[in-house]
Amino acid sequence: MTAMSLLSVDSLTVKLPVAGEMRTVLKDVSFELEPGKALGLVGESGSGKSMTVRTIARLLPPGADVTGHVRFDGTEVFDLRGEALRKYRAGDVSMIFQDARAHTNPVRRIGDFLTEALCTNQRMPKKQAEARAVELLAEVGIHNPEQRLRQYPHELSGGLLQRVMIAAAVAVKPRLILADEPTTALDVTTQAEVMVILKRMQSEYGMAMLFITHDLELASSVCDDTIVFYAGQVVERQQASRLHRDPLHPYTAALVRARPEIERRAGRLPALPGHPTTAYEAPDGCAFAPRCAFAQDACRVSVPPLLRIGEQGDSRCVRMPELHGSLLAAAGTTQEVTP
Amino acid sequence: MSAQDAAPASTTTPKPAPRGESGKAVAKFVAQRVAGLLATLFVASLVVFGSLYLAPGNPLTFLTHGRSMTPDAITQLKAQYHLDDPLWMQYLRWLGGVLHGDFGTSIIYNQPVGALLETRMQSTLLLVVMAAVMVLVFGLAIGVFAGLKPGFLSRSVMAVATATMAVPTFVAAVILILVFAVNLGWFPVFGAGSPGLDAVYHMVLPALGLALASVAFVARLSQAAIRQELSSDHVQTAISRGLARRFIVRRHVIRNAAMPVLTVAGLTIAGLIAGSVVVEQVFQLGGFGQFLVSSVQQKDFPVVQAICMVYVASFIVLNTVIDLLYSLLDPRVSLGRTAS
Ligand SMILES: Nc1ncnc2c1ncn2[C@@H]1O[C@H](COP(=O)(O)OP(=O)(O)OP(=O)(O)O)[C@@H](O)[C@H]1O
Ligand SMILES: [Mg+2]
Repeated sequence: MTAMSLLSVDSLTVKLPVAGEMRTVLKDVSFELEPGKALGLVGESGSGKSMTVRTIARLLPPGADVTGHVRFDGTEVFDLRGEALRKYRAGDVSMIFQDARAHTNPVRRIGDFLTEALCTNQRMPKKQAEARAVELLAEVGIHNPEQRLRQYPHELSGGLLQRVMIAAAVAVKPRLILADEPTTALDVTTQAEVMVILKRMQSEYGMAMLFITHDLELASSVCDDTIVFYAGQVVERQQASRLHRDPLHPYTAALVRARPEIERRAGRLPALPGHPTTAYEAPDGCAFAPRCAFAQDACRVSVPPLLRIGEQGDSRCVRMPELHGSLLAAAGTTQEVTP
Repeated sequence: MSAQDAAPASTTTPKPAPRGESGKAVAKFVAQRVAGLLATLFVASLVVFGSLYLAPGNPLTFLTHGRSMTPDAITQLKAQYHLDDPLWMQYLRWLGGVLHGDFGTSIIYNQPVGALLETRMQSTLLLVVMAAVMVLVFGLAIGVFAGLKPGFLSRSVMAVATATMAVPTFVAAVILILVFAVNLGWFPVFGAGSPGLDAVYHMVLPALGLALASVAFVARLSQAAIRQELSSDHVQTAISRGLARRFIVRRHVIRNAAMPVLTVAGLTIAGLIAGSVVVEQVFQLGGFGQFLVSSVQQKDFPVVQAICMVYVASFIVLNTVIDLLYSLLDPRVSLGRTAS
């Protein structure tokens, strides 16, 4: 753990009870996040991105078995109990959920949603909290904020409601924002608008952010660093802006190639061969080996460690030292077929 | 979804909702519901009146009780009950009377039906109201407790509730009499008692018997609703914001769970009206239900029609009231406005 880091996740393993047995959903996840920085979490569906942020927010389903450490500003998050846990959730981290509509109470007004945390956690007088809510709504680009306060969630469009969510998350001035696919449920134009607002609020308030997305492009424009999840493990970490140009893992390379890029649209769109694996079903050795065009016998023996690749980042591919720099080019010639 | 969703978010302006307009909307909404209520009542009155003519035999045989009468007497009888008029005229005459509170004359007692009903109204009203209070108080209390505090006790309570739901009102009433009236002697076995506290005391067992299955039903319903709200996404948001559990339960669980529960609980309470007939019979309470049973046996049709009409009308009115209350509780039910 660096002295600098705001959030430090260390060898985190999470098992959840499913039909009477414990299933691994996160396996040996480690990463750090410095104050004010944005870290992207990418990976296929079911790879454990949401579970990671839910673990950090202490929102795991009941019966979850957690080993390893999550430290926020040096404090063990899993040691927090009662009032200390409430304080941590109330002031240190804020969640922004994907489905803003499901995540707001349909029978409470927007104003209540925005002010309840201020009024109850920070004991702010109602009038003052409302004034603050009006300010916040204006900051996220919502017109007529006073009237919006009196409306119900169903009277707002999805994009507007997600802006309200962002305003509510920022209202308590947290040090870390956990954004779980905040724009996936929105249409493309709205997506871009909401994203700009979220990014602006994050920089203006100097908050750190964990940003989950399926969109590598988006991650590279919003985040400083990106980590790639596969089957509950981190398989790669590096600077967000370099990730799609020089991936450090065959899985990332495959993701990059599966992405519909303007220049390549004319050609054939390569599909990612095989099915995504969950941590629970992962084979011995490298979890990605069954789908990997570069897999060798050595890959199937033991789980590869997360290796440092020079100054550039970390990779969980044992062949990275020899493959580095050639993944995208090589993949282009050998991986075009789907089995 | 809606037009507003499709529009660029930043350019949409909120719909202004001036007080006067929303007041008008509410009035229009209420007017619509009341119109619906009147239409339903009208159909109900047709059914209640018409069922007399669908019943086997003709009214004259009931009036004469099968005795042979002189043609003169028969003509007089026919004139008195307007039996020679076409059916629709008879119906309109009856309906006109009902609208003025005149339900006709009892064939057996030869007294105005209205007066006969008045003396029997109190015990039925007391029975249904006490049972309704029990359903709401016990049903909601048990359900909310079991929903908020899962564990062995809650599971046991819910198991008992599930079993209780299956007990017919008649059986429940008889068991209550055996245990609390005959064996323990805490309550009278039957009778409505004298007006005042004594009447309430006499009504405890009957109301309990009537309410029991509904208490269990409402308990299960509210437990399920509370559980569902507790695990809902918006409650997860509230938890993630570090709000205290007590606050979350009060603000985000109870109110949301209340809406489906109150609707169904309301219907259950309206359904108590039907069950009250059985309970009155078992406990000999001398209310509408008992009167209905004896009047059916004695073919006292004006009385049967009147009581059926009162039952049906109370049921329909209760329904409308629940409907209106629900719309007040749930902001998503737009009061006549087009939903956005
Ligand atoms: N409540 C739960 N109980 C048991 N297993 C769960 C539960 N929720 C999720 N999982 C499993 O945990 C794994 C990780 O899920 P997670 O939601 O973190 O994926 P994700 O990366 O966020 O995917 P997506 O992109 O679809 O949101 C999946 O295999 C999923 O089936
Ligand atoms: Mg997810």
